[in-house]
Amino acid sequence: MTVTKGTLDKRMSAAEIVAQLSDGMTLGIGGWGPRRKPMALVREILRSDLKDLTVVAYGGADVGMLCAAGKVRKLVFAFVSLDAIPLEPWFRKAREAGAIEVLELDEGMFQWGLKAAAFGLPFLPTRVGLGTDLAELGGLRTVTSPYADGETLIAMPALKLDAALIHVNRSDWRGNVQLFGADTYYDEWFAKAAAKTYVSCEELVDRIEDHYPDDAQAQAFERCFVTGVVEIPCGAHPSSMPPAYGWDSKAFKAYADAARDPGDWNAVSDRFVGASEAAYLETFGGKEAVAALPLPIF
Amino acid sequence: MTDATLAELCIFAASEAFRGNGEIIATGVGPIPRLGASLAKLTHSPELMMTDGEAYLVEQPVPLGPRQYEDRKKAGYLPFSRFFASAVWTGRRHAMVTPTQIDRFGQINLSRLGGTHQHPKTQMLGVRGFPGNTIYHPNSFFFPQHSTRVFVSGEVDMISGVGYNPARRVPGGNYSGVDLRRVITNLCVIDFGGTDHAMRVISLHPGVNFEMVQAATGFALERLENLPETALPDADDLAVIAAMDPHGVRAGVFKDNPPARPAA
Repeated sequence: MTVTKGTLDKRMSAAEIVAQLSDGMTLGIGGWGPRRKPMALVREILRSDLKDLTVVAYGGADVGMLCAAGKVRKLVFAFVSLDAIPLEPWFRKAREAGAIEVLELDEGMFQWGLKAAAFGLPFLPTRVGLGTDLAELGGLRTVTSPYADGETLIAMPALKLDAALIHVNRSDWRGNVQLFGADTYYDEWFAKAAAKTYVSCEELVDRIEDHYPDDAQAQAFERCFVTGVVEIPCGAHPSSMPPAYGWDSKAFKAYADAARDPGDWNAVSDRFVGASEAAYLETFGGKEAVAALPLPIF
Repeated sequence: MTDATLAELCIFAASEAFRGNGEIIATGVGPIPRLGASLAKLTHSPELMMTDGEAYLVEQPVPLGPRQYEDRKKAGYLPFSRFFASAVWTGRRHAMVTPTQIDRFGQINLSRLGGTHQHPKTQMLGVRGFPGNTIYHPNSFFFPQHSTRVFVSGEVDMISGVGYNPARRVPGGNYSGVDLRRVITNLCVIDFGGTDHAMRVISLHPGVNFEMVQAATGFALERLENLPETALPDADDLAVIAAMDPHGVRAGVFKDNPPARPAA
């Protein structure tokens, strides 16, 4: 048996990952609202010239920042929220300026579209959306059941992603990921809906079986769905990354306040993006401060 | 004779909406609906299922407000990643939520106000899970300020949740899951038992008359001929409510935390 050394080493830098993305791409972003967002990779996009993105996300500050920076041509969403701050202020600004095209979906339809993409189907049928404005506004078509019931259903189109960005707790060089915390939302389906998935992680090891074999069930999606991996501790900040750290309420508040005063992203992007990830983290007290952020109580 | 507050009356009315629902997930979003669901589970409807607001099912409802992360006792698991498959799309849930607008058909809006879809005047949360919730499982609503801005004339600005509007029903669709139950406001309790599921006032809070409710509503309401007074919680109910809200969050729902029965 021939072993080609190094072929499964998927390590990349954050800048190398962003260099794989191109203008006009459809980009999925994992996580949910203020939770488990690959914010370090989003910040790397914000430091780049990338533009005209179609962003597909259960949105939080990832969507707000990308909208504020003018990176978004079109947004596919069901909500954009920071939870404790219900209305994401930068997203709101972009919407109220008429600055972005949108496809608004129900939360359940959204994951259904990711699943259609994962399975290579053009659509999956659902009742969801009937009787609301979603179908007409989104150009969603209906299908008729070919069976005796003859039911009319919405054909939820596949949400095919050119690339997905996901932040995980652990990975090895080969992309064997481990996801912890109470809920991993729809990260699995973002990974499977994407042509290429890039993963940032809190902790990177060489061969995961040598370190954490007992945690293999935490592999939410298999390594064939992982193209590149980069270690970025605190990479979800200011969103939460259970069990490692909660979201940073103070950072979210400062970010939200900045949408009112001064209200100009260019004037504040240094604070919320930084010239580098190290510089960014320093602004918020470094790794120790992030590690001390309590998990949110609901 | 109790000295319940208006907030506690609304919590009690909310709990009644969950009575006898069976083994389904009771979701109350916001302090009043959540305390209502908790009160129902802890008194007349222990079969209800609830989450800790995050990912775990609990048999002992989680109190509102600050507490230790590990205080809740996990009895089961229902993360968002299973929510549609387990609760919403199987119809095994009753949610009580607060949309921004509701119209005479029970259609609700949480997405945007004014302008166009491309260029809204006011962007809100987005439709979230309302389209799926309303076509698959029972829903109720709580509005702390009954007014014509909430109960709008015509239709809501963006239909985020399915109602009983025949004009919006695509022929051949299955709407058998549409099941709007109760609307609880600072003035009254409403159901959808009127003509063709029209909203119908079924009780008035102490000191409120039907004309006050109608004046605060942007469309004609139906009513029970003999309108009873909305029931007040008893001392046992109040004790449960107090235990589930140890920090007194409910006192901040209405301005000045008025009593349920206005001073004469």
